Amino acid sequence: MPDPVVAMPNATRGRGSWLSAVARQRELSLLAIMFVLGGMVSIAAPQFLTSSNLSQVAVQASIIAVAAVGEALVILTRNVDLSVEATIGLVAYAVARLLELKAVSPIEAMVIGVALGLVLGLVNGAVITLFKVPSIVATLGTLSIFRGIDYLVAGSHQVPVAGLPGNFTSASSGSFLGLPIFVVIAFVIVLVGSALMRSTRFGRQLYAVGSNPEAAAVLGIRSRLVVFTAFALCGMLAGVAGVMWVIEYGTINGTAATGVVLSVVAAVVVGGVNIFGGSGSLAGAAIGALFLGFIANALILVGLSQFWLQAIYGLVILGAVSADALILRRVQQATIEQRAR
Amino acid sequence: MSASTAPVVRRRSPAGGLLRWESLLVVALAGLVVLGNALSPFFLTAGNFANLLSALMEVAIMALPMTLVIIAGEIDLSVESMAGLASSLLGFLWMNGVPLWLAIPLVLLVGALGGLLNGLLIARGGLPSLVVTLGTLALFRGMALIVLGPDGVSDFPTAFTAFGFGSVPGTLIPWPFVVFVAMAIVLAIVLHRTWIGRQVYAIGQNSGAARYSGVRVARVKISLFVLSGLVSALAGIILTARLNTARADAGTGLTLTVVTIVLLGGVNIFGGSGTIPGVVLAVLVIAVMQNALRLASVTVQVQAIALGLLLILSVVIPTSAHQAKSAFDRARAGRPPPAGSVGQGERSSPTKEEEQG
Repeated sequence: MPDPVVAMPNATRGRGSWLSAVARQRELSLLAIMFVLGGMVSIAAPQFLTSSNLSQVAVQASIIAVAAVGEALVILTRNVDLSVEATIGLVAYAVARLLELKAVSPIEAMVIGVALGLVLGLVNGAVITLFKVPSIVATLGTLSIFRGIDYLVAGSHQVPVAGLPGNFTSASSGSFLGLPIFVVIAFVIVLVGSALMRSTRFGRQLYAVGSNPEAAAVLGIRSRLVVFTAFALCGMLAGVAGVMWVIEYGTINGTAATGVVLSVVAAVVVGGVNIFGGSGSLAGAAIGALFLGFIANALILVGLSQFWLQAIYGLVILGAVSADALILRRVQQATIEQRAR
Repeated sequence: MSASTAPVVRRRSPAGGLLRWESLLVVALAGLVVLGNALSPFFLTAGNFANLLSALMEVAIMALPMTLVIIAGEIDLSVESMAGLASSLLGFLWMNGVPLWLAIPLVLLVGALGGLLNGLLIARGGLPSLVVTLGTLALFRGMALIVLGPDGVSDFPTAFTAFGFGSVPGTLIPWPFVVFVAMAIVLAIVLHRTWIGRQVYAIGQNSGAARYSGVRVARVKISLFVLSGLVSALAGIILTARLNTARADAGTGLTLTVVTIVLLGGVNIFGGSGTIPGVVLAVLVIAVMQNALRLASVTVQVQAIALGLLLILSVVIPTSAHQAKSAFDRARAGRPPPAGSVGQGERSSPTKEEEQG
């Protein structure tokens, strides 16, 4: 699969021009769709445009967005991490249980949670790069292992909201400069991540490994180290999402965050990150998460039963990946035509 | 299987041609049986074996077409949702007075159509099967929920449920096991003895070369996904009959076990190699392992740890064995390692800057 990043600049004129513009501005087109849909939904369901509803959508989407940024790092290197939901679940239970036992302070619990996520990410990275297990197999395995450990530790126990310190769970309703604190956290992570991707050697190496592993090897990039780091960071961000999960939802048992991997991967794909690696942005993944949360909220408000959500998620994934392929094909065609001229 | 059946497609034997992957599986199976026997005196009874097999048959049946799909270099993550959709649809039709002789073919048709959707998007649309089937994993489950909602339907006729948990008259052999064996034999013949099977291997090894050799790659892939959808729907029907309940969440989480069985059976995740007999052996290994763990009173949820480890080990062991063997061969021959065998970019004269990065 040729690299769209390379193919697109050649197609600024000609038939592929508007398509390539759409392709390059996936983030903007998602935001535009959200504005148009939001206008339509707010006519049908006025409660959509209330600040309490919008901030709830944004807060829950930020949790997925943080995990999606980590997943995007991995997918950019041509790998995939299916174990994120088990990492989120295990971290969430560990943090909640430690707080319930009053073993640590809230700050310590958060640090432990993020560190646990990092450790789980290191495990994934080690299995994949040291033992050369394909990432889909390795993370399907660790998905099951991490979730099994979660069940083993949790048993049938459930940590109730009342078991957590009061100021801990109220943190999600806190705000910073008028924005919910979770949204600020996600925003900062995206901002810092994007800066790192743009301006550091690691960021450029990540794109290089994903877009052309052979060329990256010829350039002397240590691709296994890059992939290892991507998985470690993905685990760490899943740990952050796990801590946020406890703060937002409060009641935690061994099944917390089951099925979330679908939303996370969907957010990344919808956000325009190429599943074959090498192109896409972290901001796209985060906006993809916001987009999915927005769709879910809008559908429920216009009266669709929640049973429809999963089917709609599936259609959104299929739609996004088909659109990617279609745009890429048109742009390549336009490029070929242009070169022939 | 004789050595002549699939000359180029066998997994590279880990220890210099002496040990095949299938032989390792037989050894593992024997070890597990000894272990299970030590755990419980009931382990080696025919009744227990019938139990442990029937509990795994839906998964085992889905593993057979998955074997072909993975050998062809693709993957189908949507099988568990298709089983759920089949269960849900069967319940819905039965609840609304459709007789089973009509409902079952309809459900199977939906399964084939779902597989066709996967196949068309992947083979004609050129989309990655991982993402497409992740999408249909959500889509089919969502459709199952839309059709039946949170309810269960359980007033099926006894003739139908007997097919699920009954046995062949006069024996302890469960009916689903008969279906599995019949399907395994047919698919083994197709894969290992016919031109269709050779095309599947050719696509998995080098899809471009296969196309230039006149293999209709897209058509073969679409057929494999249709088969996978159809068989998953059949597995959903068997699951419904065995539990005497049709539910929208039937089969949740089974894809992991299906993929584990296929990879444990020696099928290469990147396509191009693997055998049906290997996968059948893997079914037995997993059935015996789950049964032994249950006898040791390990809960189903915690058994997931063992399953996950097994999945990873089934890739790590052959890879490491192969690496160890080639390292050994090189040391004995006294030759320097060939350029391609070392992770490129690691040894290819890194400069100081990259060492730091």
